[in-house]
Amino acid sequence: MDKKKEQNLKVFAARIRLETARMVCNLGFGHLGGALSVVDALAVLYGDVMRFDAENPTWEDRDLLVMSKGHAGPSLYATLAMKNFFPMEWLDTLNCPGTRLPSHCDRNLTPGVDMTTGSLGQGTSTAVGMALGKKLDGKTNRVFLFVGDGECNEGQVWEAAMFAAQHKLDNMIWLIDLNGKQLDGKLSDVIDLRDIRQKFEDFGFAAVSIDGHDVVAIRDAIDSVGSVKDKPGCIVLNTVKGKGVPYVENIELNHHLRFTPEQIEKIMCEAEEGLRNAEKEACGD
Amino acid sequence: MIKIIYDGTAETTSHKEVFANTIESLMNEDDRVIFLDADLMNSSGMYKLWKEKPERVINCGVAEANMMGIAAGLSAVGRTPYVHTFGPFASRRCFDQVFLSIGYAGNSVRIYGSDAGVTAEFNGGTHMPFEDMTLMRAIPGAHVFDLADGVQFESVIRAVKDLPGVTYMRSTRKQYRKIYEKGSAFEIGKGCLLNEGTDISIIACGLMVSEAMLAADLLKDEGISAEVIDMFTVKPIDKDLIVKTAKKTGAVVTSENHNVIGGLGDAVAACLMEENVAVPFRKHGVQDLFGQVGPINYLKEVYGLTAKALAETCKKVLKEKKQ
Repeated sequence: MDKKKEQNLKVFAARIRLETARMVCNLGFGHLGGALSVVDALAVLYGDVMRFDAENPTWEDRDLLVMSKGHAGPSLYATLAMKNFFPMEWLDTLNCPGTRLPSHCDRNLTPGVDMTTGSLGQGTSTAVGMALGKKLDGKTNRVFLFVGDGECNEGQVWEAAMFAAQHKLDNMIWLIDLNGKQLDGKLSDVIDLRDIRQKFEDFGFAAVSIDGHDVVAIRDAIDSVGSVKDKPGCIVLNTVKGKGVPYVENIELNHHLRFTPEQIEKIMCEAEEGLRNAEKEACGD
Repeated sequence: MIKIIYDGTAETTSHKEVFANTIESLMNEDDRVIFLDADLMNSSGMYKLWKEKPERVINCGVAEANMMGIAAGLSAVGRTPYVHTFGPFASRRCFDQVFLSIGYAGNSVRIYGSDAGVTAEFNGGTHMPFEDMTLMRAIPGAHVFDLADGVQFESVIRAVKDLPGVTYMRSTRKQYRKIYEKGSAFEIGKGCLLNEGTDISIIACGLMVSEAMLAADLLKDEGISAEVIDMFTVKPIDKDLIVKTAKKTGAVVTSENHNVIGGLGDAVAACLMEENVAVPFRKHGVQDLFGQVGPINYLKEVYGLTAKALAETCKKVLKEKKQ
């Protein structure tokens, strides 16, 4: 990846972070930690990898994305809005009565959202079904599936993984958001996943483990696991819950948060600073 | 149009064969149709087709929740999935996946839950669904069917192909008694009047339809004229027919191979109450019990799912009508 593209993706990611923070802060509460940890992968996917047409969100030949950790909806919404799937003003309606942007992803409400998710584990099977359908049709669409690390506690994730390998679904890539925390705290204090990359490899995936905030590494990993024939791909994204907003990163239990006006000011300052830094780096080059 | 050929004799074709043949025929007619099972191909009659058409018949292994999700995903990319597993595994085991990944997410999947109620026989209580209709009825927009014979089963399998949302069909894998002439076509949501009567209405579904016909014969011998209705669509239920028959006979008994909590009986009772039709009423069926092992005739006796027990219930209700 050339430097310019890398810098552009970093700026895109910083903008997604800022808009995600703004949405959640407008509301005063939400799943900010786990929404921020997947942002760099979203930026790479929508900025450099996926095939889509924002004006025709149900275009048959598009690549599909399933956010199985449905509580990361806000960062997906910010990404989709910036890619013109719907007006940026919609972001102000997050989780409000009658909104088209609910807390958890809903394919019936939001243009660009390919599957309804929120009950953890279920997005994995639906994504597998989509990949199977496309493969059987001889289509070249790819399916990208985000799975939370805590979500991997769900047995359904492993049922879907076994099926994906059995049916050689090499048209899908699973992105495991290993931010190390689930709702009640560290994975190691709740259900330790141990070597999650190894587990996926043992389940029959082409699996790699990378820095989930390094846009170049993410792009390279998509290329490498995506080019392995007859195996679904798995990228373990080593991430930080709350990434890009140090105040949120440092909160121990940062799955679902409720903010005071003072905290909101701090969060927005930090998210804005993240964008300024990314833009400075892009301009200075 | 339906034609009734009930004469008390058994069907010659198993529902498993009906299902497999109808799905194969639908696959030939429509490229979008795809079938999924959870390691029960050999039980659903689909084993041969699985080997012949692995691109149209998908074995998900022993993972029913995953199967429902995969079916939902296939629906989302334009396929028309039919799935099968045993009734309890198609309903209570994966209820959240059916509810959310299929129903709430706006996907469309047709589910055959086999071995309805006591037809699970020797597989016993773990495999004996008395509550599958209760669960499926609670899913917004779902269609729920309890089929009375293979002719009706085939018609319904075809009729639900383009229905949106969750469709649940329950039946035996073996044979019931024959009720309808081959080629009869059924309208979803419309009950079938099988026997005209004036004293009491029996509204039945599935296995109990032919028992209701037998009960009507028993009652006839005692000078009681029983109307018999096959309410094969349990949701959405045929309110007009329920009101009409209740007003005509002035007494209603429902009959189902299912727990009386949340099934056909409750659906009919709610309809009568909401339509302000006050008549003596009973829910005949499994009285809040778990399943157990045994041959079908034994189980029918144990749970009271016989024409004789049904006729007795009718006579009790008739006494209340007279008071």
